Amino acid sequence: MSRLYLARNPRVAARSLDGEMMIMSGRDSTLFTLNRTATILWQAADGATPLDEIVEHRICNEFEVEPAEALHDAETLARELANHEILQISEEPIPPFTPAAGGSL
Amino acid sequence: MSAILQEMSEKALKLNIPLSVQVDLTYRCNERCVHCYLDHDDHGEMTTAEIKHLLDEMADAGVFILTFSGGEIFLRKDFFELLEHARRLMFCVKLKTNAVMIREREAARLRDLHVESIQISIYSHRPEVHDAITLVPGSLKRSIDAIHFLKSQGLKVIIANVLMTQNMQDYPGVRALAAELDVECTLDPTVTPMMDGDRSTVGLGVGNGVLQQVFRDTALVGDADAYCAIPAPPGESELESTPCSAGHTACYVSPYGEVFPCVQFPLPTGNVRQQRFVDIWRHSEQMNEVRSIRLKDLTTCPSCTHAATCSRCPGLAYLEGNMRGPSSQDCEKSFARTGVPSANMLARKLAGANSSLAQAKLVQIRALPPSAGTSTAGAIA
Ligand code: SF4
Ligand code: SF4
Repeated sequence: MSRLYLARNPRVAARSLDGEMMIMSGRDSTLFTLNRTATILWQAADGATPLDEIVEHRICNEFEVEPAEALHDAETLARELANHEILQISEEPIPPFTPAAGGSL
Repeated sequence: MSAILQEMSEKALKLNIPLSVQVDLTYRCNERCVHCYLDHDDHGEMTTAEIKHLLDEMADAGVFILTFSGGEIFLRKDFFELLEHARRLMFCVKLKTNAVMIREREAARLRDLHVESIQISIYSHRPEVHDAITLVPGSLKRSIDAIHFLKSQGLKVIIANVLMTQNMQDYPGVRALAAELDVECTLDPTVTPMMDGDRSTVGLGVGNGVLQQVFRDTALVGDADAYCAIPAPPGESELESTPCSAGHTACYVSPYGEVFPCVQFPLPTGNVRQQRFVDIWRHSEQMNEVRSIRLKDLTTCPSCTHAATCSRCPGLAYLEGNMRGPSSQDCEKSFARTGVPSANMLARKLAGANSSLAQAKLVQIRALPPSAGTSTAGAIA
């Protein structure tokens, strides 16, 4: 099975408000707040750690769920967050965001 | 305001978090707007390193919405470096600018850095009026060209217009221009004094008649009868309410590092060159005093029929000498909107005060700088 990598979409704005992630979509400025699981995915989305490892180390421990079921749910959630352009997902590791990538003046 | 933003604002208020901060990067400007309150000389702006450090502190303090304003922000040679730093810290960045320095390349760079919106000051759709206000020939064309460049990059642009005697007939034209350019438009009918209280450019503000016309313009206010209806006196919960976001979930930092509750509320509370931003925000005596004030604590206003709906700006009241007092400019607006004199106006009349307000037919204060729009009291969308 191919592994899935997550990275934070560089277009969003984000801040943690007393542990609750507040995210503004870069597409249309819609504001989201993330639930606990989505917040874990967001915080762990470094582009380098595969989703199954995030689930094993961060989600299974906290929620006491079966790894297979947790991975399935996490993948569904990650795809949903990607649809909202909050996360980027890829079957390859994702290089880190460099704001100067657009070419500097 | 979206329901989530409302909810987040309430949470920030409870937790004492400055959700939204305006940082003026410079007071220098390439326009010389007749109504501008700023001293455009550089009296020791924060360095690149100082501003980056401030942004780090602000991110740690929980600031989410960061507005870069001025002066003209593009006059800072390190502007894009600061913007990159801000976006790396994942702020929601809004810009206020006259846009005359934005060409294709700058617009593309702003898109790459994902700024949330760019607010641009446009005073008229006619060059002879706009350029006579900015005192820069060709400035309207430059600003409109910039809007085209920004729009072609898919960026959100907001036109901010300030109503003055010079452009008071042109706001429908500016709205039409905004519609043609497919951008939002705000109109600020209030003109405000300089930060040091200097009111030397009195007479630039529009009179009661124009204010009435604006407040009854359904294109601006929707249901004019409802907007102009005489309000019910304030109830218990309104008397316990706080006036606005200044010092509660928002504040302002000057190019010299001074922290104020709002760009229009120049009560000094500390300087980030001497103290951590979060310490000023949490522990400044002045900031805490601003925070403590409820409608019931004000002089005059609690007994005023307009109290529940008035856009009273504590910053304007402060500039009149008492942050717990009424704001004459807002009294004038309440009067123009409803035809009912405010408690402050009646009190002054009773006292036979030979005050400037008693004599004034106009709102005799200066306009906000082109960059001060979103924190403006009573701006009409
Ligand atoms: S402009 Fe006045 S009313 Fe608006 S946020 Fe600032 S101090 Fe408050
Ligand atoms: S109209 Fe004037 S007196 Fe009345 S609430 Fe507003 S600022 Fe106070």
